[in-house]
Amino acid sequence: MEPATPSPATSPSPPAPPTGAPVGRRVVLGLVGLGVLGVVTGARIQDFLERTIGPVVAKDGTGFSALLPFGRFRIYTVTGSLPRRSAEDWSLKVHGLVDAPLRISFDELRAMEPTSLTKDFQCVTGWRVSDVQWRGVRLADLLDRAGVQDRAQAVRFTSFDGAYTESLSLEQARRRDVIVAYEMEGDALSTAHGGPVRLYVAPMYGYKSIKWLDGIELTDRVIPGYWEERGYDVDAWIGMSNGRDDAGV
Amino acid sequence: MSLATEELDRFDTTERVVHWVTAVLLLTLLGTGFALYAGPLSTLVGRRELVKTVHVIAGLALPVPLVIALLLPRRGRALRADVRRIDRFDAEDRRWLRRRTHRRARTGKFNAGQKLNASFLVAAGIALLGTGVIMRWPDPWSVDLRTGATFVHDWFAIGVLLAVAGHIVFALRDPDALGGMLRGRVPARWARKEHPRWYEEMTGRPADKLAPARKPESRAGSPR
Repeated sequence: MEPATPSPATSPSPPAPPTGAPVGRRVVLGLVGLGVLGVVTGARIQDFLERTIGPVVAKDGTGFSALLPFGRFRIYTVTGSLPRRSAEDWSLKVHGLVDAPLRISFDELRAMEPTSLTKDFQCVTGWRVSDVQWRGVRLADLLDRAGVQDRAQAVRFTSFDGAYTESLSLEQARRRDVIVAYEMEGDALSTAHGGPVRLYVAPMYGYKSIKWLDGIELTDRVIPGYWEERGYDVDAWIGMSNGRDDAGV
Repeated sequence: MSLATEELDRFDTTERVVHWVTAVLLLTLLGTGFALYAGPLSTLVGRRELVKTVHVIAGLALPVPLVIALLLPRRGRALRADVRRIDRFDAEDRRWLRRRTHRRARTGKFNAGQKLNASFLVAAGIALLGTGVIMRWPDPWSVDLRTGATFVHDWFAIGVLLAVAGHIVFALRDPDALGGMLRGRVPARWARKEHPRWYEEMTGRPADKLAPARKPESRAGSPR
């Protein structure tokens, strides 16, 4: 150690370089290394947390654990900003290979027979929100209302964000757990969650559940959607696609 | 000058400017980050894009004051010297870290807790910046790496929140220490008690001779 050089009169000169082990830089390098390791392995750790702790968090009523970084929604957009449209300004077009193309207002949608589902939302990036309450209208009911022509084989969805698209085969679209949703957890669907109206495809990964829905087009073949053009599976069954093995919904 | 009024220079202007600019940026980051993280489930959605922009800009700006100050030839000298002190751990730091010997540790300008806190924050800053860049510009990265980046960003941010909260609590409980970062100077008697080896270095006077005789320490092993 440096002896305290007794030179009280002069202003303290820069002391001799401190001695001792360079623990500080080791801590920095170690933690940054841990961070890199976390980026590489984080997806698997997150999966584990979602599976083990996520369901517990979902049932905890204190609200505190709702702040923990798992079992919660993450908000993604493919455009720069959140597209915003009020329920009054919103309408949904059902067109393509249908007998009677429709344009449905929010009120008209609400007037249709509602259906409720309480099911998980599973993202292909690993996070899962347990037991989400959804309310809306069965997609099949909307299709019937427009009258699907025989040539139609698939459904294409568009978003008023101007960029996102999705697709389902007609058979998938007619499932009872595929709904055009306008409520989540008992509240009107917020903008961040795709409001005023989004699709919720329960048995498939979240990217199929297009947000800010404004168009449903019947087509003669499946037209791959936004993420499917970028390598995601078109048939996005949870646990049976995209190389993942999550529990089904 | 009597010991009662004597003051020692602790942080120079450069260090204080860096500290407070960084503090403003960091609090902005914690606030906007929390809004982005918890916001969608509450009512902040309306301003989400603005909040996100502020968060990204503040994040990119965070290292700038420190890096610039470190590069200043003359005015960065004291800062660079403090960085070197923070890097090095000696026997006294190890004593400080052990509960049994904590009270007897003769700390220098920074105690081991301050050193570890500083090192953690630097590492967390690097990790948060890197993962934040992946999150903001995700296209070149695989889904797994993006998920991993989000995972690391979450947990380091929680760590920083706790470290900063602790830092503020300690500063508020010790007005003399806080004054060191506000005015740049600290009372010599405070330095003699809290940072005896730095006191000796600054004054050339032994710290312990003037100090009240040390009581036979019976509480040394008790929980603090």
